[in-house]
Amino acid sequence: MSSALTARLRRVRVGTACRIILVLILAVLPLYLDNALLQTGLFSMAAVVGAIGLTILTGAAGQLSLAHAFFLAVGAYSYSYYAGVKDPSGASKAHGLGMPPVLAMILAVATAGVVGLLFSPIAGRLRGIYLGVASLSLVFIGSFIYENARGLTGGFNGRPATEFDLFGFHFGQDNPPLTVLNVVFGRFERLWYLFLALAVLAYIFGVNVLRGRMGRAMQTMRDSEVAAATMGVDIRRTKAGVFALSSMYAGLAGVMVALAFTRVTPDYFILPLSISYLAMVVIGGLGSVGGAALGAVFVTALPTLLSRYSGSLPFVAEPASGGYDAGKISAALFGVAIVFIVIFEPGGLSALGTRITRRFRRSKTEGPATEPKRAMPRSGTVTRTQEDPV
Amino acid sequence: MTRFIDLVLNGISLGSVYALIALGFVIVFKATEVVNFAQGSMLVLGGYVTTRAHDHMPFVPALLVGIAATAITALIIERVLIRNARGADVNALAILTIGIDILLITELTRRFGSDVLTIGDPWGNKLVHLGNLSLPQARLAAITVAVVLLTGFFAAFKYSSWGVAMRAGAEDNEAAALMGIRRGRVTATAWMVAGLLAAVAVVFLTAFPSPGLDTGAREIALRAFPAAILGGLDSTGGAVVGGLAIGLAEAMTAGYSVTFLGGSLADVIPYLVMLVILLVRPSGIFGTRELSRV
Repeated sequence: MSSALTARLRRVRVGTACRIILVLILAVLPLYLDNALLQTGLFSMAAVVGAIGLTILTGAAGQLSLAHAFFLAVGAYSYSYYAGVKDPSGASKAHGLGMPPVLAMILAVATAGVVGLLFSPIAGRLRGIYLGVASLSLVFIGSFIYENARGLTGGFNGRPATEFDLFGFHFGQDNPPLTVLNVVFGRFERLWYLFLALAVLAYIFGVNVLRGRMGRAMQTMRDSEVAAATMGVDIRRTKAGVFALSSMYAGLAGVMVALAFTRVTPDYFILPLSISYLAMVVIGGLGSVGGAALGAVFVTALPTLLSRYSGSLPFVAEPASGGYDAGKISAALFGVAIVFIVIFEPGGLSALGTRITRRFRRSKTEGPATEPKRAMPRSGTVTRTQEDPV
Repeated sequence: MTRFIDLVLNGISLGSVYALIALGFVIVFKATEVVNFAQGSMLVLGGYVTTRAHDHMPFVPALLVGIAATAITALIIERVLIRNARGADVNALAILTIGIDILLITELTRRFGSDVLTIGDPWGNKLVHLGNLSLPQARLAAITVAVVLLTGFFAAFKYSSWGVAMRAGAEDNEAAALMGIRRGRVTATAWMVAGLLAAVAVVFLTAFPSPGLDTGAREIALRAFPAAILGGLDSTGGAVVGGLAIGLAEAMTAGYSVTFLGGSLADVIPYLVMLVILLVRPSGIFGTRELSRV
């Protein structure tokens, strides 16, 4: 008993230590990376936040959603509306309220949550796959609004996103100037730390939500709505709540994307974006916060990295040459990855990770193995057990 | 009044194409509980093969080649992928088809480049004159072909042993299997029929007055999703009603140029109609309401 307890404690401590080391590594990276890689990192961290939101909704609560791109857009547009001002030259019709960026960010996240709640009369009542298809409609209705509500969105050309600042410290320009270890901290370095902080907060919050009362309620609801209702879980409220929570995550990711791009344009928030978020959470392992983060980095960084090193990779064709260029290779890879993961390893990267560490650990301590979470429940009587990787 | 009739005919023609695609969704869903997000790229695949085959042969054999290619691809997807994921839940299966869709469309996009292909249908830009009305021949052909295909399908669904097997399987899978129904065959045929419908539908989607075939046709398949959903995902009749409703709504809003915020509402009307219907009936108009007994 006590040996099991210490083994467990050790496991927790090892895990925490690994995570802290990872964050520390990420914190020193800006001292070494060039701007292009830093920008890839910024988009990856924005995707991490968005993917955590989607994995809570689709993985933990079992509600398939293709509307993630829409809620990212809600966050991005409302941030630039709250923080922005009307263009004095009159080139853009977009209005703005000129609020401080911090307030605008918080309000943008709240707005995304409220819009998610507004969808709850539909999201709370639909069962299973109907929600997936209904959520598709938000992406298309959204595109229509971005292009036509020019006062809010700036129309087809989009609108600029106000740079972020915190108590006089500007993240979009070198003011006040800052040099650390002979590295000048410009826009990318500054935003990197802001995004890293947001991503870590989003991660901790996500893990705690899933461990807490609401997380248990969602997972029970996913496995059986009847059982959950019998246990006193209000199904409609839980569905609406998790939808709003996931929208808020998407909203924050949207704000981060707006800050990294410095512009909000309608052509970014389209269906392929929703699908790549789905790819992230499936590749990472549905329902796993850490997996979602891994998947997000993988899906976001792969196309840029492939095209960056396309010269030295023989299988990458030149763009627009009719061959498989970096974008097409990564798209095809994501497709293959999704297919393989659903068929062979429904737990995705996170289950793969658990499997490897468990094998490593068992050979060392012979401790009792804990049953891994099933991310994609299989209906029917025969379930594939994920154990004994001999 | 002529304008109204003109728009109604347009709507019915568009709606019957939507109905064909939506029926593809419904058949696959009934047989395998899979919501097939790959239907859009199947559509593009059918059009692509037909066009390429048309370089070497007349249109009708070319279309048959296109249909065969799509049906076989659908069969392969069912046999190799869907079957191996049997027992996975509905969402996982839907995600699986999204993966397949990404793969197919990536390859097709590479082959298309920036081309817009003309599928080479025999109607071209000819018009039919009925009194004051003039209607593209292709539109009329769409209605005719859809009526023939749908009648054939419903007859088969009602009377043939395949139809009975399919309905029995959808009703109670295990009981059907115990009664000696070979599920494998039923589901395989269902996927092939969906492929066939996609390959036929794409002809009318890309015929005059549409500019031609590019990978954007996939998005049109997505507009048939609302048709399938609002009719009820497990109702074949619902797919037809849903298709016609969406087609008419789209033709009307486009024809009378109904605008909202200065944009044409026709772009999003299928989705708006679907959301309104789902608010009132969460399982669609004719869909089976799931009841749970404790």
